[in-house]
Amino acid sequence: MKNFLLVFRYDSNALPKGSPEELQAMTKKWMDWIGGIAAQDKLTDRGNRLEFVGKIVRPNNVITDGPFTEVKELVGGYSIVKATSLEEATKLVSGCPILSVGGSVEVRPVNEL
Amino acid sequence: MKEQELIPHLFRTEYKKIVAVLCKLFGIGQIEIAEDIAGETFVAASQIWSLKGLPENPTAWLYTVAKNKTKDYFKHHDVFTKTILPHLKNENATPEIDIDLSNENINDSQLSMIFAVCHPTISTESQIGLALNILCGFGAEEIAAAFLTTKDVIYKRLQRAKEKLKTEMIKIEPPTPAEIDERLDPVLMTLYLLFNEGYYSTSQDTSIRAEFCIEAMQLNKLLIENDISNTPTANALFSLMCFQASRLAARTNEKGEAILYDDQDMSLWDQLLIEKGKYYLNQALRGNRLSKYQLEATIAFWHTNKEDTPEKWENILQLYNQLLLIEYSPIIALNRTYALAKANGKREAIIEAEKIELTENPLYHSLLGNLYTNVDNLKAIDHYKIALKLTASSSARNAITKNITKLTGTKSND
Repeated sequence: MKNFLLVFRYDSNALPKGSPEELQAMTKKWMDWIGGIAAQDKLTDRGNRLEFVGKIVRPNNVITDGPFTEVKELVGGYSIVKATSLEEATKLVSGCPILSVGGSVEVRPVNEL
Repeated sequence: MKEQELIPHLFRTEYKKIVAVLCKLFGIGQIEIAEDIAGETFVAASQIWSLKGLPENPTAWLYTVAKNKTKDYFKHHDVFTKTILPHLKNENATPEIDIDLSNENINDSQLSMIFAVCHPTISTESQIGLALNILCGFGAEEIAAAFLTTKDVIYKRLQRAKEKLKTEMIKIEPPTPAEIDERLDPVLMTLYLLFNEGYYSTSQDTSIRAEFCIEAMQLNKLLIENDISNTPTANALFSLMCFQASRLAARTNEKGEAILYDDQDMSLWDQLLIEKGKYYLNQALRGNRLSKYQLEATIAFWHTNKEDTPEKWENILQLYNQLLLIEYSPIIALNRTYALAKANGKREAIIEAEKIELTENPLYHSLLGNLYTNVDNLKAIDHYKIALKLTASSSARNAITKNITKLTGTKSND
């Protein structure tokens, strides 16, 4: 078993603005999806969402505000799952609610030191 | 109460109090002395009361005799000057110390003993054994019967545990506010396991099983009644126990066979305990720390009504989702899948269940049997047959066999 980082990306403009019922339905989808991974005993860390503010630091101490919410593939959060292979970890992503709103999930093996 | 009934009854209630007070007085190093004196007190009661009849105040009589035996012990053993005297706070204390059996000191001593016995330095198994022995007054033989093992095994386990406590020099005192959450965790775990031993035990002795539940609840109550240990989590565990215990009368029939939740007579459920459960659940939800006990207690709350509503099962599903995020166990995963079937439908639940792959677990196959029923009855029967082969529980065997019979009956109709 190895750990895999899931990076959730979405287009914030494409997100439905959401009535309370829609937001609640979305929360249920998330909890059911991540609960499903936990039920297989393959969840290492449920992770977190990231706030809509940030800084980018580049060489020569160039610091800018960003990434802004206009960015097409904004990193919205992360989770860590465990699996025996990249293929198995990728299978876990199926049903992830972010895919239903045009987002994507990057799956990367963690190289434990 | 007749004399023959009185002594066992008093033993159950007073032995542990006397042991706690004396243990706190003597310190962990002399735990056996405390137990011996308490034991001898009851031997004296049984001998003298049968000759002279019952005293006017039996409890006071016991306390007086225990005090006298302790004072005698101090007079005749220099362990007092060597070990106990330095241990006492008042250095000018003379051998005429007062053994304080007031309600306050009994409470304080029992509370201190819970934390000493449920100490992370000894195995959970040993903690439960010691809790039953020292805190609840059960003998090695009774404990052995409940755990389906021999008196020798239990006796050795208790001896090793007491030795460990001595070498670690565990102090018999309540924890400080700074350490309370950390120290409470092993205590609550032990009480939780003790209650489960009583609730789910495969031992045939139903009366001792109910006693384990009662003892676990009494010890938990003690925690709640003391400010220092009256945490939301302690309240959550107590709430859970109240909800579970409310169904004790409905869970077995006259033949001692287990009756499953869906078949239970709701009128036999103890409504007073259910109300208590709700009260303590409210207390438990006051804090900002969400432990598995709050989640399990809330799930148990939803089960106090058998009626299948979408609201009930959606709530239970989300509670199981949150529970799995805190801690995984096969049984939680399977229960979650059952709730998912009720909330999201069988087809989705079957897909989720197949991913779980607990192929050596009889409960896994029972669940799949249940989910496939009326969806694919051949698969349902297959899974039930595997469950039958894997299970060690006779009541589960009966339930599974009934399900297979029902299915093979309908199978012939297609």
